[in-house]
Amino acid sequence: MKNLFKYREAWLLLAIAVVVGLISTRFPAFARPDNLAQVFNDTSILMILALGQMVVILTRGIDLSMAANLCFTGMVVAMLNAAYPGIPIPLLIVIALAVGLVLGAINGLLVWRLDIPSIVVTLGTLTIYRGATFVLSGGAWVNADQMSPAFIGFQRAVVAGIPVLSWVAIGVIALFFVLMTRTALGRSIYAAGVNPTAAVYAGINVGRTQFVAFCISGMISGLCGYLWISRYVIASVEVANGYELNIIAACVIGGVSIAGGIGSVGGAVLGALFLGIISNALPVINISPFWQMAISGSAIILAVVLNARGERRQGRIILKKAEAR
Amino acid sequence: MSIWKKLLVTAAFSAAMVVNAAYADNVKIALVVKSLGNGFFDAANKGAEEAAKELGDVELIYTGPTKATAEAQIEVVNALIAQKVNAIAISANDADALVPALKKAMERGITVISWDSGVAPEGRQLHLNPSDTNLIGETIIKLAADYLPEGGDVAILSAASTATNQNAWIDAAKKVLPEKFPKINLVATVYGDDDSAKSTDEAKGLLKSYPNLKAIIAPTTVGVVAAAQVVTDEGLIGKVNVTGLALPSEFKKFIDNGASQAVALWNPIDLGYSAIYLAHDLAVKKEEAKPGATLSIGRVGTVTLDDTNSAAMAPPFQFDKSNIEEFSKIY
Repeated sequence: MKNLFKYREAWLLLAIAVVVGLISTRFPAFARPDNLAQVFNDTSILMILALGQMVVILTRGIDLSMAANLCFTGMVVAMLNAAYPGIPIPLLIVIALAVGLVLGAINGLLVWRLDIPSIVVTLGTLTIYRGATFVLSGGAWVNADQMSPAFIGFQRAVVAGIPVLSWVAIGVIALFFVLMTRTALGRSIYAAGVNPTAAVYAGINVGRTQFVAFCISGMISGLCGYLWISRYVIASVEVANGYELNIIAACVIGGVSIAGGIGSVGGAVLGALFLGIISNALPVINISPFWQMAISGSAIILAVVLNARGERRQGRIILKKAEAR
Repeated sequence: MSIWKKLLVTAAFSAAMVVNAAYADNVKIALVVKSLGNGFFDAANKGAEEAAKELGDVELIYTGPTKATAEAQIEVVNALIAQKVNAIAISANDADALVPALKKAMERGITVISWDSGVAPEGRQLHLNPSDTNLIGETIIKLAADYLPEGGDVAILSAASTATNQNAWIDAAKKVLPEKFPKINLVATVYGDDDSAKSTDEAKGLLKSYPNLKAIIAPTTVGVVAAAQVVTDEGLIGKVNVTGLALPSEFKKFIDNGASQAVALWNPIDLGYSAIYLAHDLAVKKEEAKPGATLSIGRVGTVTLDDTNSAAMAPPFQFDKSNIEEFSKIY
């Protein structure tokens, strides 16, 4: 048990359980399995995005352009669907992944080849991608009425009791788990973040690893572009405006260190779930909207404080061990 | 600053002066909207273009920030002052924050009017309401009540908790409730911030908190779509009626599938058209904006200013199964 609580994920799980418990005192139906399954479904997109962001943060980067990429890709698939309703959904998803990949690769190339800090690159591309969405659509919206039933219905179809959207999230989580813990790429992403110098000596191309990380976050944004648009059934320039901050917040709450190198798939997923539960629960427990914002904000700061303390302690322990030897 | 930069800046300035001189004969009227890329405002621009064509001597500038914030709009206004436009017609993101910038514009002799979403009286010469606040408040309740002969619980899903428009309408709605709609029970007012994701969360919250809810009233185009999609997804069509203010093109699907019986909205085309007419009245015809004055708004008719120099254009227009098809093609 003591060992278990060394892991940040266990603490987060406990925090989530406490929050759910607290909410249940005011709204008993909240903790029912069917409601929790719905919360999971509502949070799916944030979880998927948080995993993409995590990979970039692990390599000591940050991707501020994810929401803008999502908005652009979403507009592309929505317009394609409106113009050619016959395109099958799997093909549209491939297109979304490809468009997202291209936008992510632009970020990655600028960071890798021109050696510009990723925060600057993605701050720029964030504006560029939003602007491009405006140019592409001419400022017009794509409405629910223009989308085909298959386009909207895909993620809502229920398979084995839960919607496809949840299955997509589960699939992506599994994929990332394998990628981060069982592949050479996953290990080199950690290595590039923990100690870039040592990583170079170990034969890892740090720049290329960062490039690949941005490609991954781009593809994830592209996938979520389709998911978001078909979920909220409207494609406009305003889509997911400011959402990059929620994505980063989910990572931070999940224990992904902004300094790079530290973080896990489980942490990012739980961080997103924590935010999802809060935004799902606050409306049902009748709290004034002004307090809602304050509560969400406090949760983020609290998580960061705990996170920073946790990391510091970890550092000391390692040193003590080294001295003892 | 290097010599090259100085040269460039000088060149740019002289070019701007030449351009200014060339257009000196036309009245430059800027239609400033809350944010670009919003179907409602694009429709308003269509009306504005129509008015500009009718008036003949108007050079229309359609502009606004890409993000619907007061800060971004102040920058747009400052840029317009620098361009020396003749009139600014603005739909404001904040009633007070824009006052200093607009005052500066008026000091430079620019005609300033607000439309759609207003500015505090000291920051504009007149304000054109799309409709009368009381009328809208009554309409949004009536839209729900018409389909609830037995009465029942309803809830409001609004935009931001600070939105000038929505708050005024909701207050007006609450006022008419007890006397005109005694059977309608307003159980909650929640805020979706005009954001699809937040509005969806809030709508789901309403359905969970109030299992007997009969209608969700969303007096905002973003919220109403989100609420209708939630009702569709949760299989509550026929049990919960979604209504409020919606753009026909955006909302057609939900009238068709039965998630909503009827919604209302004013005509944004007429609104943009009227705003340009009023700006032209003041800037060119030198008419004075004072309480009681009657001003022309072209084909839409005339408006009379009240004590705060505000005027109402027309009552909201209702869309249901009979006419949504036709209007969804327009805006």
